[in-house]
Amino acid sequence: MAFSFDLLTEALLFGVLLGCFYAAVSIGLSVSFGLLDVPNVAHPAIMVLGSYATYVVASYGLDPILAGVVLMPVFFVLGILIYRFYYESFEKRGTEAGVRGLAFFFGIAFIIEVGLILVFGVDQRTVAARYIGSSLALGDYRIPYRMLVAFGVALVLTFALTLYLSKTFTGRAIKAVAQDEAALRLMGVNPVRIKQWAFGIATGVSALAGAMLIIVGPVEPAVDRLYIGRTFCVVVLAGLGSMTGTLGAGLILGISESIVLMFFGASWAPAVAFGLLLVVLGIRPQGLFGR
Amino acid sequence: MAESLLKVSGVSKHFGGFTALSDVSLEIAAGERFGLIGPNGSGKTTLINCISGLLRNDAGQIIFNGKELTGLPPYQRTRLGIARSFQVPRPFHSMSVLENLLVPSAYVVHMKDSEGEAQAMEILRGMGLAEKAGLHANQLSQVELRKLELARAMAARPRLLISDEAMAGLSGSEVDEVLAILFKLNESGITIIMIEHIMQAVMRFSQRVVCLDAGKIICEGTPASIVQNAEVQKAYLGA
Amino acid sequence: MRFWICAAVIALAAMGVALSGINEYVFFAAFVVLTYVVLATAWNILGGYAGYVNFGTPAFFGTGAYTAVVLFKWLGAPLIVQIFAGAAMGGLLGFGVGMLTLRLRGIFFAIATVAVIFIMETLMINWRYVGGATGLQLLRPEAMAPFASYTRMLFVVMALMAVAAVAVARYIQTSWIGRGLRAIRDSEEAAEASGVPTLRLKLVACVVSGALMGAAGAPMPMYLSFIEPASTFSLNYAIGALAAPMIGGTTHWLGPVLGALLLVTIQQIVTVTISNEINVLVVGVLLVLFVVLAPDGILGFFKRWLKASSK
Repeated sequence: MAFSFDLLTEALLFGVLLGCFYAAVSIGLSVSFGLLDVPNVAHPAIMVLGSYATYVVASYGLDPILAGVVLMPVFFVLGILIYRFYYESFEKRGTEAGVRGLAFFFGIAFIIEVGLILVFGVDQRTVAARYIGSSLALGDYRIPYRMLVAFGVALVLTFALTLYLSKTFTGRAIKAVAQDEAALRLMGVNPVRIKQWAFGIATGVSALAGAMLIIVGPVEPAVDRLYIGRTFCVVVLAGLGSMTGTLGAGLILGISESIVLMFFGASWAPAVAFGLLLVVLGIRPQGLFGR
Repeated sequence: MAESLLKVSGVSKHFGGFTALSDVSLEIAAGERFGLIGPNGSGKTTLINCISGLLRNDAGQIIFNGKELTGLPPYQRTRLGIARSFQVPRPFHSMSVLENLLVPSAYVVHMKDSEGEAQAMEILRGMGLAEKAGLHANQLSQVELRKLELARAMAARPRLLISDEAMAGLSGSEVDEVLAILFKLNESGITIIMIEHIMQAVMRFSQRVVCLDAGKIICEGTPASIVQNAEVQKAYLGA
Repeated sequence: MRFWICAAVIALAAMGVALSGINEYVFFAAFVVLTYVVLATAWNILGGYAGYVNFGTPAFFGTGAYTAVVLFKWLGAPLIVQIFAGAAMGGLLGFGVGMLTLRLRGIFFAIATVAVIFIMETLMINWRYVGGATGLQLLRPEAMAPFASYTRMLFVVMALMAVAAVAVARYIQTSWIGRGLRAIRDSEEAAEASGVPTLRLKLVACVVSGALMGAAGAPMPMYLSFIEPASTFSLNYAIGALAAPMIGGTTHWLGPVLGALLLVTIQQIVTVTISNEINVLVVGVLLVLFVVLAPDGILGFFKRWLKASSK
């Protein structure tokens, strides 16, 4: 195996960028599953839906990131509808919510994936932009611009969401509803509306995450399965409900994957997320930074 | 002096940075009626969860009937003789009232279903639930659900029964009903720990009372002395 | 007793059909139906009875299939050995995944099962011996007398396996194990407090479930005369094995059987009348519909009738 510090540094560099990207696509799940305890295994599928929506909107000439931003309010509403439906059908009735809720989201994910195949086919789709295709030269290393863009958006997203959750009333109510619904009710706040709002935000963020996904690389309908591993790996490794932890966990995953990619090849890289997830679940399921 | 059935020594429990229990020690004699009180959040249910095994205490020892419990999963502790009811009733809702009691009789006492059913009916009769034996949890009233919790705990033939706020939210006569059941159980030899907020129930029932506040024991003694205690009054009424 | 009589009748009927002159296509189709009956029944032991949802049916199924391939290629092992080996490997995988995640909440177990699909698939893609990503062609042995073709024999084998799987599920359901699993599903904490060794029972259910899925996978390579990772670990098995019990009913062993029969029939109809791609969508839609609107499944409608007759 050809090992050199140059290669390692390049892998690390790429890993950091990749890690931030993974953190950004997982943030929505940190909110919906980490904070709200909704077993949203359809999160990656919705994100991929966002990628394809970005593809469609971008085909009208809009920059992909802008397309993603434009789609955010649409997905926000979609999120509210999904949560409302989930709540009325499962959470409200308590008891069997676990099994059926999971089956429900699994079914949704499946429907989205198959729906995308039916509409777009199984071929990969990409978008075009000025920053896709060229790289920034940094000394001996070349960093693809699209990764820098994703990196930037990821940081902005993470900090914006963390700020929102700690500074605004609604944001703090969202954190509170995760811990003590009864207390929130006593304060006159309707927990269901807060959760609904939060889920909407989580889904809206997924739209932008989807845009980043298709910027960073080609997308096909089945890619959501890969991201189930990556997003849950990040969320579990971070510890449920920790926003900044998501960034840290994303970095760990990104760097691990990048190193495996560099030294073992592309056929092994997808298994890293799942392998890491299993290890975390086995050793320290509460994650590194959890609440 | 009767030998102690349950001995809790120096038990502590933390959740991240939050200390739920701090160096809690108490001893309960066999056959005793023991009351555990304290304001909300003082750690009563946490202590019960540590004793029953749902939570693992970070420090200290819990010895039941001479046997150290640390590390044993809840089901083994139940098999040793500790039974508990849950604050919010958790019936097996896919089963009838009778079948609910068959679970402990099969898994703790290792009875065949025919024996288990006979025992279950006897327990239900003692609680006044016999006619409801074939019903499911969603057809029961609140007080009946609480009784089911106690009945199910009893089906495990415990030596120690922990009743976790079995009377919360019940009317005066319903409280009396449940209290009567607990007295009768104690008369048949079962040691009972009662966690309650309803002061008159705790005072009537307990031989000894311990008061928890913010994870620490602040007072221990007879019901009469507890009520007089300034610390206890402060804990409940606020500083 | 009635059950065993019915089982014997079904087994004999299967033999009879296999020896008759019916069109070969019937056996190809029936093999698939029977495979799903086994998968759905296996899934339900952990998912329906205990309430732990498994998304990873393809992992166990594929493990069984590849175990069969390895034994066939390396030792020329007969089908029966392949099946038992597939079951053993499936059970082992179930034990591993169970030990790792059954202590945690249900959703973590579910996600872990997705992880296992990926990891198994990646391992097989990178393993030259079994054909890697491109797959392996397999030469079927000669058809054994009295069967006219290998496919007919596979059909009978699968029919017997389906009967065996249902017998296992029925035993678990009606025994004290079943009551414990139901207690776990209704309230795990109360079950534990009532003396149920929850982790142990969940592990048993997981191992049995995995073993049956592995057994179901073993004949598949012979059925297709071919094996490759993508279709073996296909998510269609995941959704099918989950949807069938959810549609048929999860509390009784009849549920997965009914669900599987219904589902495969509907899929065949849709494939023939509309298109192949849509039939997969139909499964997903049916799953969501039933989960939301008819949580007790088809059997829920006949619940009262069942209660009276199973005493």
